[in-house]
Amino acid sequence: MNIIVPIKMVPDLVDELEINEDGTDLDRDFLSYKLNEFDDHALEEALQLKEEGDATVTVIAFDGEETDKALFTAIAKGADNAVKITGDFEEGTASHVLAKALAEAIKGMDYDLILTGVQAADDRDGQVGVLLANYLGVPHVSVVSGVTLSGNTATVHKEYAGGMMAEFEVDLPAVLGIQAARETPRYAPVSRVRQIMRQAELEEVEVGDVDVNVGSEVRRMFTPEAGEGAEMIEGDAEEVADKILEILKEKGVR
Amino acid sequence: MNQDIFVVAEHLKGSVEDVTYELLGKGRELAGSTGGKLVAVLMGSGAEGLAGSLGAADKVIYVDHPALENFNPEAYAAALADVVKANNPGLVLVPNTSMGMDLAASLSVRNDLPLVAYAIDVAIDGGNAVATSQLYGGKVNAESVLEGDTVAVSVLAGSFPADAGKKDGAPDVEKAAAPGELDNLKVRFKQLIEPEGGDVDITAQEILVSVGRGIQSDENLPMVEELAEALGGAVSASRPIIDNKWLPKTRQVGKSGLKVKPKLYLCLGISGAPEHIEGMKDAELIIAINTDESAPIFEHAHYGSTEDLFDIVPALTEKLKG
Ligand SMILES: Cc1cc2nc3c(=O)[nH]c(=O)nc-3n(C[C@H](O)[C@H](O)[C@H](O)COP(=O)(O)OP(=O)(O)OC[C@H]3O[C@@H](n4cnc5c(N)ncnc54)[C@H](O)[C@@H]3O)c2cc1C
Repeated sequence: MNIIVPIKMVPDLVDELEINEDGTDLDRDFLSYKLNEFDDHALEEALQLKEEGDATVTVIAFDGEETDKALFTAIAKGADNAVKITGDFEEGTASHVLAKALAEAIKGMDYDLILTGVQAADDRDGQVGVLLANYLGVPHVSVVSGVTLSGNTATVHKEYAGGMMAEFEVDLPAVLGIQAARETPRYAPVSRVRQIMRQAELEEVEVGDVDVNVGSEVRRMFTPEAGEGAEMIEGDAEEVADKILEILKEKGVR
Repeated sequence: MNQDIFVVAEHLKGSVEDVTYELLGKGRELAGSTGGKLVAVLMGSGAEGLAGSLGAADKVIYVDHPALENFNPEAYAAALADVVKANNPGLVLVPNTSMGMDLAASLSVRNDLPLVAYAIDVAIDGGNAVATSQLYGGKVNAESVLEGDTVAVSVLAGSFPADAGKKDGAPDVEKAAAPGELDNLKVRFKQLIEPEGGDVDITAQEILVSVGRGIQSDENLPMVEELAEALGGAVSASRPIIDNKWLPKTRQVGKSGLKVKPKLYLCLGISGAPEHIEGMKDAELIIAINTDESAPIFEHAHYGSTEDLFDIVPALTEKLKG
């Protein structure tokens, strides 16, 4: 069983995000990047499947900010191979282009299952996993939070609203968009990652220009006015607590 | 862009989901500006009767096949692609729900048409569809212009009022043939799994104290339980708290959790990602505590504070008890 996990770095959402001068993208000069949290879940689920049976896990990512570190970290967590895609795919590239390029990189590889994060914070033109499945011509299910393998099929749970789930049986190879792994994604100690960086090697695959019609362009990017809705309560914790009590009394909640 | 506006109807367990009405309401307005028809695309098995609840549309295109009885990513994508190909609408509106996420991107590739996802608004401007997407966990909005005769936009649930799309009266129903692909599927629906019941029904609570990742550890939960108790309410949470198994799934508020409408929703260390907002934005009073002043939760809260939750919670509990 060969499992491929495409991973992607996204801006750290804890930071304040600023818009560039033309107002069409983030100001990327001072951004810090981190692994898309749902990709971390996809990797964890792949590692769980590996530990459960006989599987190899290959992580694959586009070259860019923090990519090497993320790939080495994945190896430190238990992935078998790490592949870096080089080419003209800077941060902020459209999902359609990334998915097509991933398909180019993956189509020659031997795979049974591709696990992606269900979505990423910046996939404006659609979720990469579903696009990838369609470019590869393999079936897909997204918003998955439970995977069981048996022979050439996977049984998966797709989440709907309110805790309702649907169970599907999927013929492999297939792409699954992972919402949550069965366990909290594991952590790799920094010392172990450093050691891997010295020992392991990243495989590189070059992908040239891909021919794909994105068909949409951002004409304006903006941050919704922070605190637009909320009246901000000033003061220290004691004062804020007093004010909250006052509001609760006024609104009849207390 | 062509003129007709198509809306993909979502249904579960024999009833049409609210998001469908939200899209029909918006679709009606957009069809007004393109001068086209508003058409609902309904896929199912023996589900033609559901067309009777899609009265806001001028017409319903219905595809019937046993494989369409329950949502199936492959079967629904194949049927939708055929309907769109045969009718050349201008704009296809798909809900950005669990089901819609499988459909919209498939339609985009199968029919080679542009897609913009996570929309909270859609307009027609200069003959093109313009979609405003909520990105980066709700911190940034992007307005995209879509170019092409037929384009697709997937829209977040709760973006438009549902009432505008609810109308009695049965529209014309046109039947479309199911594609042959449906007889040989690689994805097979097995069953629906109902949610487990829990100790507390958070949808019935008047007061919810909701915790997010800002709480750092499950060791800090008792402090929040104590506050909830002092307020006479219960504890609910954002998704990561449930994924970490710190609280049961029945306590999750949001897109894949429960929709709540309490008198008070006090959120502690929740950033306000669109998927969380979907579940609580109709609460009567929302108070948010979050140390990040640019957290999207403050766009939806009535009152906010950037003080540390670890200072506010004990202070508030003490005052309530004292
Ligand atoms: C298909 C799908 C469905 C989803 N469904 C849901 C759902 O139903 N419900 C849901 O909640 N999410 C859902 N999500 C996940 C969602 O995208 C977010 O990842 C999630 O809501 C983030 O949770 P959070 O706000 O607790 O964590 P974070 O986004 O990490 O936010 C933590 C916040 O705590 C603040 N903070 C940190 N320390 C302190 C402190 N000491 N005092 C005060 N504030 C502090 C930080 O500033 C930060 O804003 C879904 C995602 C997908 C893709």
